[in-house]
Amino acid sequence: MKYIAYFILCLIIWFLLTARIYLENIVAGILVSGITTLFFGRYFIEGVGKFLEPKRYFWLLVYLIMFIWECIKANFDVAYRVLHPAMPIRPGIVKVNVTIRSEFGKAILANSITMTPGTISVDLIGDTLYVHWINVFTDDPGKYSRIVSGRFENLLKKIFD
Amino acid sequence: MMNIALYLLIAFCLLCLIRIILGPTVADRVVAIDIMGILVVGICILLAEKTGRSFLIDVGMAWIILSFIGTLTMAKYLENKKLNE
Amino acid sequence: MSDILFYLLIGTGILFDLFGCIGLLRLPDVYNRLQSATKCVTLGTCCIAASLLARYGLADFGLKALLIIPLLFFTSTVAAHALARGSYKAGIRLWKGSVKDDYSKAEANEPVKE
Repeated sequence: MKYIAYFILCLIIWFLLTARIYLENIVAGILVSGITTLFFGRYFIEGVGKFLEPKRYFWLLVYLIMFIWECIKANFDVAYRVLHPAMPIRPGIVKVNVTIRSEFGKAILANSITMTPGTISVDLIGDTLYVHWINVFTDDPGKYSRIVSGRFENLLKKIFD
Repeated sequence: MMNIALYLLIAFCLLCLIRIILGPTVADRVVAIDIMGILVVGICILLAEKTGRSFLIDVGMAWIILSFIGTLTMAKYLENKKLNE
Repeated sequence: MSDILFYLLIGTGILFDLFGCIGLLRLPDVYNRLQSATKCVTLGTCCIAASLLARYGLADFGLKALLIIPLLFFTSTVAAHALARGSYKAGIRLWKGSVKDDYSKAEANEPVKE
């Protein structure tokens, strides 16, 4: 199952790269994808069968739109902090608990935290995520974990768990 | 128009070079080199549009991957660990 | 219409690249520089790639530019995470104006892998 999903993903990337469809191209693509799958297929994510449900793709679309919006907001936030003459920053590293089970979901959550306003993920030990935050304005753990990861966590749980 | 954009991106690369020269620690220099790699990808895309040759975008793609591997190696070196962990 | 979008996206991308480079020069320590540089420069270059997509559609140029965007997101975020962790483990302390440091406590009781 895992190997088949990896093979199809490789084939899609091959056709996006070459962008033309004729016979030699298809044969070469199947050959290269097969060899790649033979060597690296075992490193692919577990539980691919979950992605046959169309419901997850709907949430993925919602997540993508929200992610792009947060990303643009993050850039204006950083631009404001950089261009302000007094540089209003209060950096620090805070601890946030994550509740997603799947490993791939955790990795995607850490990546999205890196691209959202003012935060960058430093380390993930077990279920604890250490986040460097450029503007620590509160000392209450519940409040800042809601601000840092709460926006994405519920959506990602619907996609990956 | 396209020339101005290219000159501006090269000027930003020079700003990164200032950070590489000044940077007090090794990590600062590695960050600046990583950022310079991403700027070079932007230059590749603009050059492909200007000259009309699509293989320059492939050059940019390979540049992303090589710069990523280099940065990861330097991060592991800073962490004082082997590459297979 | 698509030409207007093309020049608008290139202008936005170059503006964000400029902000990222100014942040790289102005901010005080490695972690803050990583914040400004990674976010702004990644989104700037993605804007430049998206401008090609806006002008040529899903033809030869557009497809390759579309492939660059996810590649850039994954590699730059993972590289930023690895560099932040590596420089912390290498002993580079936070800036003296920092407010909070939870990671120093965690590092002491982390199990040693051998």
